[in-house]
Amino acid sequence: MLEMLKNVTLQNGLVFAFAFVGILMLMSQQLSRRLTFGRVHGSAIAILIGLGLAYWGGVATGGSRGLADVKIFAGVGLMGGAMFRDFAIVSTAFEVHAEEAARAGIIGATALFIGTVVPFIIGASIAYIFGYRDAISMTTIGAGAVTYIVGPVTGAAIGASSDLMALSITTGVVKAICVMVFTPAAAKFMRLKTPRAAMVFGGLAGTVSGVTAGLAATDRALVPYGALTATFHTGLGCLMCPSVCYLTVKAMMGG
Amino acid sequence: MNTIIVGTAVLAVCHLTGIFLGDVLGAAIGARSNVGGVGIAMLILVLLRLYMVKKGILQKRFEEGVNYWGAMYIPVVVAMAAQQNVVAALRGGHVALIAAIVTFTSAFCIISFINRMESKASIEKGLAAIKDKEH
Repeated sequence: MLEMLKNVTLQNGLVFAFAFVGILMLMSQQLSRRLTFGRVHGSAIAILIGLGLAYWGGVATGGSRGLADVKIFAGVGLMGGAMFRDFAIVSTAFEVHAEEAARAGIIGATALFIGTVVPFIIGASIAYIFGYRDAISMTTIGAGAVTYIVGPVTGAAIGASSDLMALSITTGVVKAICVMVFTPAAAKFMRLKTPRAAMVFGGLAGTVSGVTAGLAATDRALVPYGALTATFHTGLGCLMCPSVCYLTVKAMMGG
Repeated sequence: MNTIIVGTAVLAVCHLTGIFLGDVLGAAIGARSNVGGVGIAMLILVLLRLYMVKKGILQKRFEEGVNYWGAMYIPVVVAMAAQQNVVAALRGGHVALIAAIVTFTSAFCIISFINRMESKASIEKGLAAIKDKEH
């Protein structure tokens, strides 16, 4: 009986994921209402539970894809994978007020630039403090502080060892998770209320997963604006880190 | 044109076009990656909607075909959260942890600083835009 049930979910992974996530969201909305009287968004709670499940999945399977490594939840891997994530993000563009986005264009682009250079400097400096004194290490870790995609892409481009790549990815993932978790709480501090503010947030916080999840948990209406800038972030980072940033570090540290 | 699948199909075409252009751009400038494909796709969709509203050809079912996926956005993000490598993140070496925490904290502070400079008029316009569901 249990085997049959298990087979149904294994063979209908994505559909099971829809049911599972849907029920999770229902539970989270209830928790939001009853435990926090609506002060903490249901989506924030759901995302936190999701992260908790990811931890459980990682511990249970020793894999790197959280809950998705657990066989019956493989469908969750598809539902939350890059393709669907990007597809859903793109669809939110339909909610964008073009005039608002255009108004914030320049400040958004500036935020994008700062959001690439500053994390890189911080990451590389902290790497230096911890004893990584060569250009490749400092650059790879610095790139990881930009996003968890920029990190390994940069590392691969400049010939970093797999240890460094892993360190780089971890830095990016921790950053993404921090942004995901702390954005709702820090929203007031960051004055995160208007499209322009969201675009600045997207450009500076950078990590697409962090920004979009953080905004989802704060104010769903801001998601497309944050996404508009955050999605260019990875591209800019992948462009600047292996080139300008690396060469600068190399010049300073002597290779 | 007034069907849900056409809305979804057009969304899909914009998505694919954007990613393709992102790949092309990346290859052209030697960035070794996709340069903002999703962002380009979003821009295409924003412009497309402007065009359709202007020509009066944006219809309800078409919009539903796109907005359904927008509504699926949060559930997709929850599923995404469930597959993060949290174990590695928590186990991460001190460098990774400290670099990540200092980075995101400084980012939040800079964001706070910049957003405080938004003028009152700008804020009001922005808030009004979000509240306006029919645009």
